[in-house]
Amino acid sequence: MDFELNEDQVMLRDMLRRFLNDRYSHEARRTVLASGQSYDTGLFSDLAELGILGAVFAPEQGGYGGTGTDMMVVFQELGRAGVIEPVLGSAVLAGGLLAALDADGHSALLQQTIAGETILALAHSEPQSRYDLGHVTTRASAANGQFVLNGAKVHVLNGAQADMLLVSAREEGGPTDEHGISLFLVPSTTAGVSCTGHLNVDGTSSARITLDAVTVDQSQRLGQPGQAHAALEAAHARATLALCAEALGAMEVAKALTVAYLQERKQFGVPIGSFQALQHRLAGMLIEIEQARSAVINLAGHLEADRLTRECHVSATKNLIGRVGALVAEECIQMHGGIGMTDEYALSHYARRLVMIDHIFGDVDHHLDRFIAFSGGSETTGENANAG
Amino acid sequence: MDLSYTPEQDAFRAELRGFLAENLSERVREKVRLGKRLTKVEMQDWHAMLNARGWLAMSWPRQYGGAEWDAVQRQIFEEEACRAHAPRIVPFGLKMLAPVLFKFGTEEQRQRFLPPILSGEHWWCQGYSEPGAGSDLASLRTRAVREGDHYVVNGQKTWTTLGQYANWIFCLVRTDPDAKKQEGISFLLIDMNTPGVTVRPIVLIDGEAEVNEVFFDNVRVPAENLVGEENKGWTYAKYLLTHERTNIAGVGFSDAALVTLKQVAAQTMAGGRPLDQNPHFAARMAQVEIDLMAMRTTNLRMISAAAKGQAPGVESSMLKVKGTLLRQELSALLRRAVGPDAMPYLPDFLDGGDNADPLGPDHAPAAAPGYFNMRKLSIFGGSNEVQRTIIAKSALGL
Ligand SMILES: Cc1cc2nc3c(=O)[nH]c(=O)nc-3n(C[C@H](O)[C@H](O)[C@H](O)COP(=O)(O)OP(=O)(O)OC[C@H]3O[C@@H](n4cnc5c(N)ncnc54)[C@H](O)[C@@H]3O)c2cc1C
Repeated sequence: MDFELNEDQVMLRDMLRRFLNDRYSHEARRTVLASGQSYDTGLFSDLAELGILGAVFAPEQGGYGGTGTDMMVVFQELGRAGVIEPVLGSAVLAGGLLAALDADGHSALLQQTIAGETILALAHSEPQSRYDLGHVTTRASAANGQFVLNGAKVHVLNGAQADMLLVSAREEGGPTDEHGISLFLVPSTTAGVSCTGHLNVDGTSSARITLDAVTVDQSQRLGQPGQAHAALEAAHARATLALCAEALGAMEVAKALTVAYLQERKQFGVPIGSFQALQHRLAGMLIEIEQARSAVINLAGHLEADRLTRECHVSATKNLIGRVGALVAEECIQMHGGIGMTDEYALSHYARRLVMIDHIFGDVDHHLDRFIAFSGGSETTGENANAG
Repeated sequence: MDLSYTPEQDAFRAELRGFLAENLSERVREKVRLGKRLTKVEMQDWHAMLNARGWLAMSWPRQYGGAEWDAVQRQIFEEEACRAHAPRIVPFGLKMLAPVLFKFGTEEQRQRFLPPILSGEHWWCQGYSEPGAGSDLASLRTRAVREGDHYVVNGQKTWTTLGQYANWIFCLVRTDPDAKKQEGISFLLIDMNTPGVTVRPIVLIDGEAEVNEVFFDNVRVPAENLVGEENKGWTYAKYLLTHERTNIAGVGFSDAALVTLKQVAAQTMAGGRPLDQNPHFAARMAQVEIDLMAMRTTNLRMISAAAKGQAPGVESSMLKVKGTLLRQELSALLRRAVGPDAMPYLPDFLDGGDNADPLGPDHAPAAAPGYFNMRKLSIFGGSNEVQRTIIAKSALGL
């Protein structure tokens, strides 16, 4: 048992926290959003230059980290700062998928992604798929040694900023069959690709993408025909870990802001933090945040486990984070009073992110169902795992 | 014990239903149903429509143009209006200022201020809270100093709901800084077009500026705009707060929200079946519905006690806490039901742009902003913590 970070991870954390403290103020973030940009491209380059994107890839993929703990360290810090730059969408989700499926064949693209020069996006969710990873109705029809893609994708993280899309499409099978899904690399400028970007409630950006007779070459297919589901699931496990760690970081800051405010805000001549009604709730929240931390650690430690064990942990962690995230958001706003609801104050942005995280990669109920389905067949307690 | 309505009450409900069906435009109904933002004119039109029928001032005495409805009738109205997706009634003039004028104002003030509330000429807002005076309202510092036949007002109010549309504000101001804090407060009516009044919007977590800061810089207010006696404002304010709380359970809103939630859950596919057939989600919906069924009766029990002349007291605190928790839970369930489609933030759609694309189902864009907006329910009108303290003291004697 060892719950300490290793030396490299401590350095990574401290460096990233210092950088974000210096460069990523709440005001700067609001300015970027108010200007209509989806994120600060200069800052994203600087993050890449610091090696933050490399930290989520393994050495053989061109990075220098990539373990569950590395991801946890990075995303907890990104969550603390409220980072909206496309680390999750481009590096972890799409980049991770590319690396897992075809690191050798696309090492140049991967390098550019890790360097922050190229933005990748996974175009996978569809209007009817909700949280079901196997639900793909976009078609890939083979014709003359090429494929023609037709369909609609939604909630594509940073889709409008992406240079290259990873598009999931069905070569065979029914709408929800796990078998039959393939992934294709599609430059976003390809004829027939149209993309509408939009802001999300939490300040991140996504896009809706339609594929209208988009022609791609055989060589643009990643991995084995019809076999992409397993890779999609594994990539979502990593992305879920990243997202949950981000939530943990956001919870820590929301809590810290609330504690500070309760000490400073006076009503009835005393700091409101002296009211036991509020103290007990804050104490209860702290207990839940520690549970959230443990849940993130659990998932970090089981990313490399067998599929059933891994997915069991994905769902357990995401379910718990969803519950605690909403609790922390709601309680922190309530304990602040009116000020907690203002756009100007940072808390409301952390609260929005915490709540909306439950709408990404499956919510509390979705993962409760999955946990029930998976936990019957796996041992989730007691066995050893290496978080790296 | 008899849970049924009287034939008169049933007939009253039918009359309301017919009126709403006939008069409320489809456009406004749709906007309310989908949680879109209403314009000032749409809110004014709704008031005018009710006023034309004599129903705007539902609890006012007839001699002042009111309908003199009793508490049960008002409850029936709330249910029917919510059911029809009518806008809410802007309460500040009608339900907050007017009761104070009836009880503590002069006849002259009633003649001067009540008719413009009905006609829509005056739009009132509530100037109580200040940056330093929230739950501890009595610590307010906005100063009013008597100079001849005027008061000169300096200070700041905040969280002023819909102040951007208002032309009058009723304020609590400090007229005696040396008295005990509750004893130096007065109730003053201020024309917002007076020089020195500045309104600044505050954008909230849902992206909308529904509240404002209001600044007073040497604002000269005629002394005749003082309600009641100088330094007695706290008594009037407390009276008003109990009025603010009588309708606070919001059962009508919860009923309407439950109907919407059920429709959305039936339409939404999740994991190959409608969401309302997912056992977890179905259980959550059933749980709120069960609570709401009891809440409806709790509300009616307290209303009929009030109708028998028992002043709303600690009961209104209970209604407020439970009623707001239910509304918040319903908004959380709607947000969840919508799923990933709750993510996009689409202000053009929410503002009612006819060509704005909801990106998903049309009920989706307002789900998350609506949920965040509902956080206010447990903060304003006396926070739920403050209400629990009242309950502990008054009902439990602790
Ligand atoms: C959307 C919105 C609209 C509003 N509209 C209006 C309006 O039109 N006009 C107007 O005058 N005001 C309005 N308000 C203000 C509202 O009445 C205040 O927000 C409310 O009184 C709480 O004050 P506060 O925000 O300063 O919080 P605070 O009083 O600072 O409270 C912060 C936290 O401390 C808790 N707390 C405070 N005292 C105690 C205690 N003794 N024991 C235990 N807990 C305690 C509170 O419950 C809360 O959780 C509005 C507020 C909002 C959010």
